[in-house]
Amino acid sequence: MQLVINGQSREVSAESLAELLAELQLDASHVAVELNQAIVASSQFATTTLNEKDRLEVIQFVGGG
Amino acid sequence: MQLYVNENLVEVGSDSSLADLRALYKPTADLLIVNGYPVADSHQLAAGDRVVLISRGEVPTETELEALLVARHTPGVHSRVKQARVGIAGVGGLGSAIAVALTRLGVGELIVADFDVVEPSNLNRQQYFVDQLGMPKVAALAENLRRINPYVSVVSHVVRLTRENIPALFAEVDVMVEAFDAAAQKALLVESFLSNVPGRPLVAASGMAGFGPANTIQTRRAGNNLYLVGDEVSAAAPGSGLMAPRVGIAAHHQANCVLRLLLGEDPLGE
Repeated sequence: MQLVINGQSREVSAESLAELLAELQLDASHVAVELNQAIVASSQFATTTLNEKDRLEVIQFVGGG
Repeated sequence: MQLYVNENLVEVGSDSSLADLRALYKPTADLLIVNGYPVADSHQLAAGDRVVLISRGEVPTETELEALLVARHTPGVHSRVKQARVGIAGVGGLGSAIAVALTRLGVGELIVADFDVVEPSNLNRQQYFVDQLGMPKVAALAENLRRINPYVSVVSHVVRLTRENIPALFAEVDVMVEAFDAAAQKALLVESFLSNVPGRPLVAASGMAGFGPANTIQTRRAGNNLYLVGDEVSAAAPGSGLMAPRVGIAAHHQANCVLRLLLGEDPLGE
């Protein structure tokens, strides 16, 4: 399906948020995700299903501070 | 006309010069600041000006001190940030520098939390001193902030922040700052704060290790209530250390983002 991820349209095969993070090769414990402008708890990643044209902001954190 | 002398509203003749004001209020003053900028005594005054008269080397009274500390601020900034409460999660390289900047601004209240103690490897970038080794960071920070501006209220928590205690500790902040070291902690803070404290902006940071170019560190809007500072790629790792310049740049991006949010300005100027 077609999603908008960080402002870019992208075709993905993932159906859940957890699958999407795996498809993007991101470590789920290092990301924060907004789905259609609402933050998603990491405990909900596996059960959050994605729909055509969903808008996601996926922020991947790297260590250091 | 009416204007402010050392933060007190006074009525003076409409043709009063700065030299007249000095003669009237503080004849020994040798540093004359009008609207945040030092000027000569021939400077033309206007109604509403904020004039600060300082005698260099003189120890001011306690009531004068708070006004003098912020004499170089842009007028109107201090009165607004004085009302604000800012939370800082983690007071290492980012958090300690952000706290110092916000204290120099005279932010009303800082809520700071960190479980760690000051150790020698912190001193290459964090705002602590050799004689503070072994102290809880928040205790050392509170001591340092008091020495900079004693009118800032600092609420310290020696605690490991978790998904459970983050919402309670920071429920009442106007702006929240993420200043952790570990990537997983950063993600956890963002998730926990934005899910549980709705409508309050959060300023986070990611990517400031090494000695890459300064200008790759940026502030961007990364979500509805989320601003993100850093180059987003430079992770702390073997061969890529954390050092004062880039950590300080990121910290001050965060501090300026907080200031703009408190002043009701779009952090990105958009």
